[in-house]
Amino acid sequence: MLDLTYDSPKPKVISGATGDWELVIGMEIHAQVASEAKLFSGASTRFGAEPNSNVAFVDAAMPGMLPVVNEYCIEQAVRTGLGLKAQINLVSAFDRKNYFYPDLPQGYQISQLYHPLVGEGEVLVDMAPGVARLVRIERIHVEQDAGKSIHDMDPNMSFVDLNRTGVALMEIVSRPDIRGPEEAAAYVGKLRQILRYLGTCDGNMQNGNLRADVNVSVCRPGQYEKYQETQDFSHLGTRCEIKNMNSMRFIQAAIEYEARRQIAILEDGGKVDQETRLYDPDKNETRSMRSKEEAHDYRYFPCPDLLPLEIEQAWVDDIAAKLPELPDAKKARFMGDFELTDYDASVLTADLADAAYFEAVVAGAGDGKLAANWVINELFGRLKKDGREIGDSPVSAEQLAGIIRLIKSGDISGKIAKDLFEIVYTEGGDPAAIVEERGMKQVTDTGAIEKAVDEIIAANPAQVEKAKENPKLIGWFVGQVMKATGGKANPAAVNEIVAKKLAS
Amino acid sequence: MSDLNKLTLAEARDLLRTGDVTSVALTEACLDAIEGAGALNAFVHKTPELALERAKAADARLAQGDAPAMCGLPIGIKDLFCTEGVASQAASRILDGFRPEYESTVSAQLRDAGAVMLGKLNMDEFAMGSSNETSVYGNAINPWKVDARDLTPGGSSGGSAAAVAADLCLAATGTDTGGSIRQPAAFTGTVGIKPTYGRCSRWGIVAFASSLDQAGPMTKTVRDAAIMLEAMCGHDAKDSTSADLPVPNFEAMLTGDIRGKTIGIPREYRIDGMPAEIAALWDKGADMLRDAGAKIVEISLPHTKYALPAYYVIAPAEASSNLARYDGVRYGHRATLSAGDGITEMYEKTRAEGFGPEVQRRVMIGTYVLSAGFYDAYYNRARKVRTLIKRDFEQAFAAGVDAILTPATPSAAFGLGEMADADPVQMYLNDVFTVTVNLAGLPGVSVPAGLDSQGLPLGLQLIGRPWEEGDLLNTAHVLETAAGFVAKPAKWW
Repeated sequence: MLDLTYDSPKPKVISGATGDWELVIGMEIHAQVASEAKLFSGASTRFGAEPNSNVAFVDAAMPGMLPVVNEYCIEQAVRTGLGLKAQINLVSAFDRKNYFYPDLPQGYQISQLYHPLVGEGEVLVDMAPGVARLVRIERIHVEQDAGKSIHDMDPNMSFVDLNRTGVALMEIVSRPDIRGPEEAAAYVGKLRQILRYLGTCDGNMQNGNLRADVNVSVCRPGQYEKYQETQDFSHLGTRCEIKNMNSMRFIQAAIEYEARRQIAILEDGGKVDQETRLYDPDKNETRSMRSKEEAHDYRYFPCPDLLPLEIEQAWVDDIAAKLPELPDAKKARFMGDFELTDYDASVLTADLADAAYFEAVVAGAGDGKLAANWVINELFGRLKKDGREIGDSPVSAEQLAGIIRLIKSGDISGKIAKDLFEIVYTEGGDPAAIVEERGMKQVTDTGAIEKAVDEIIAANPAQVEKAKENPKLIGWFVGQVMKATGGKANPAAVNEIVAKKLAS
Repeated sequence: MSDLNKLTLAEARDLLRTGDVTSVALTEACLDAIEGAGALNAFVHKTPELALERAKAADARLAQGDAPAMCGLPIGIKDLFCTEGVASQAASRILDGFRPEYESTVSAQLRDAGAVMLGKLNMDEFAMGSSNETSVYGNAINPWKVDARDLTPGGSSGGSAAAVAADLCLAATGTDTGGSIRQPAAFTGTVGIKPTYGRCSRWGIVAFASSLDQAGPMTKTVRDAAIMLEAMCGHDAKDSTSADLPVPNFEAMLTGDIRGKTIGIPREYRIDGMPAEIAALWDKGADMLRDAGAKIVEISLPHTKYALPAYYVIAPAEASSNLARYDGVRYGHRATLSAGDGITEMYEKTRAEGFGPEVQRRVMIGTYVLSAGFYDAYYNRARKVRTLIKRDFEQAFAAGVDAILTPATPSAAFGLGEMADADPVQMYLNDVFTVTVNLAGLPGVSVPAGLDSQGLPLGLQLIGRPWEEGDLLNTAHVLETAAGFVAKPAKWW
């Protein structure tokens, strides 16, 4: 496997009235664990069910009900940790985070404050070919999601849907290593990509299955480096946390706004207050949700209903051994084995299904570069036009491989191949059979080509004269021959014969 | 046969098996006794129809020879246990009208073994109290009396203790977080065992302090406690803190032979101001065990004096969190709101109306000790103390002690209302000999050992090694036999 080498990107700089400012960003990603059942109950996690239909007694916090850990959720979190090259803690523990809200029936969320399941890890965030930001992960802990309060169904009453209550979440906490809005969005994208590769979170941001709390502060150039040296946060500015964002576009816009808001305050001689803020996408602004003084006192303490979570190293090793190939490794392999560019390899590994499709095409066609061109340019373009995903592609990997095989064998030209692709896309069928049936085969019979060339030369004496003085006009003859043969002549053969005839 | 309700579990079981008595007859006798004992206020939700239905089913099982130990035996269930379709409100207003759709594991095991539930028993609200006076139903009354004074049956399982002592049922379930089985047993001349933490499933029992709560039987004899405990305990996958250990035949372990056993007498339990009667009873208990062939040794449990304060940090801390779910949103009491009231007002009014003063006090204490800035000073410190208390016991057991003998309570039953104006800590002192056992997770049993000068029962406590309830019950059985406690309260109700 090729080791990816990369340079760190430059931090985003915002020029203020009093000089330059840099951004420092840390994120907490809440990723819903892909699991059939909830973290502490057997209730289903299915999205979009009738309100309050996926609720076990313990989810509704009925008296005397007790949580029992769903081992599969723990396995998924361990898998995630391994995928982020993180330390797995063989002993972790659950704590209660206490606060009152109607969508939190227990009056506490079971989380892991003091002893998280997963410790330090890292994520490599690609920003451009050869440029990537290494973001350190501080910890991943497992916790319960809350339900949903609904305030717009009745003028006087609020309603509660407990379907999501108790669904397992992984809170993935980064270090403040992200240095700009684009990096923040790219970090979420990369994390989402890895989680989807691992199968530990579906990454569906629209449904809220992946949400981000973003901590933003600003500082003067040079301050961040001092923080890095000392790990002393006092070198950095006061941070504000923007809660619960579920769109990469909003994450970028919110950071951009928030940074400028803080800079404006500082340049006015003011002080940034540490607080929790919400982003309003309609107005493109953040506004205060609660100040530090209003912050909840969560009264965390070890959950007495659950024993410390102890897992075996052998079990972790077993999960590690079955870990799928992850995006960075796959990209490196594509670049190494198929001589793809960084860009093409990135595009093809962005999504696991795309990568699998591409690999199937390569397996059938035996040409990585050609396969990459066809998958990226033709197939992805066509699918995008129709708003389709790779999973609903009308052209199977085997069919596309068949088309590429016909190009490689010289049976069809690139141009004909595009027509053939469209036929396969819209009508289906075996590419080789279609070419045969519809007479799309490229003419490689030199006799037939020579005849066509002779006819064109005979019909255009003036052009022949000009071409003898200006060899660039060969192209015109080639074009005429291709036209006359309905595009089926082998362009290489036509070129060669035209050049020979004109030279004689 | 008359007075079937006065039988012990063991006696009734044997009569059922020989066909000399039916479960329906036993059940009817208890139901009659309950009807006549309204003054005791022990049963707060009666289920006569359900009881007779189950009694008939039990008789059918017995006729077929399918008779687990508890089959056909009428018992009472503490209101803290959730019982399917039957009011279960932890003696609190906040669970007004709550009828669970599920049966607690312990009561389900008893039901499945054929036991007949007669109804739900009074208790202190959310099991917080030592006198039964915090109950929303009004206090249960001790069948034992001095002159005309109404006495407390103890708490929190006061209804259970009163019902068993007054022969309203053959036995009852209790729960014990800091002494709530053992103290009322001592106050009523009955037997109560709190098994090792993790022996009985907590699933379906309204939680007070999860790391301390344990269910256990309250019975007329040690043998009955052995029989009933076996039916109540066992591993339950629905409770993560439940122990996956086999359940022995506890009754078979009542050999009456404790020769060669070592009984520890902890010097730190000889507290200042201990009434002479209690001290004398304790000495007498040690003598009885010595006479039975045990070796009596003085031991030290040096951190005992910190147990009560640690307990009154840890238990309220857990309670403050456990009771957060009673918010008026999904079940139980919800306050009537005024125009303009929002969610905060709903919480405040509901909880102010729904919880009694003692529960409110403990929720506030618990919230305080867990709050930012105080957590280390209180909660974390209490946890450390707990570890030390546990170690005290471990060291004693490691030195060869098989069981530890202490008084069960610092006094006999006191008068109802007597503590009304006292500092709440005076009430908490009732738990001084029992809380250590909960903090250490050990089994502890209270055995009636004599009467005080006023004629009220006094109990002694035996504390055992973890998971060795059988051995502990055997020692208790020896003590019970030697003490020969046969007194019964004179019926006045």
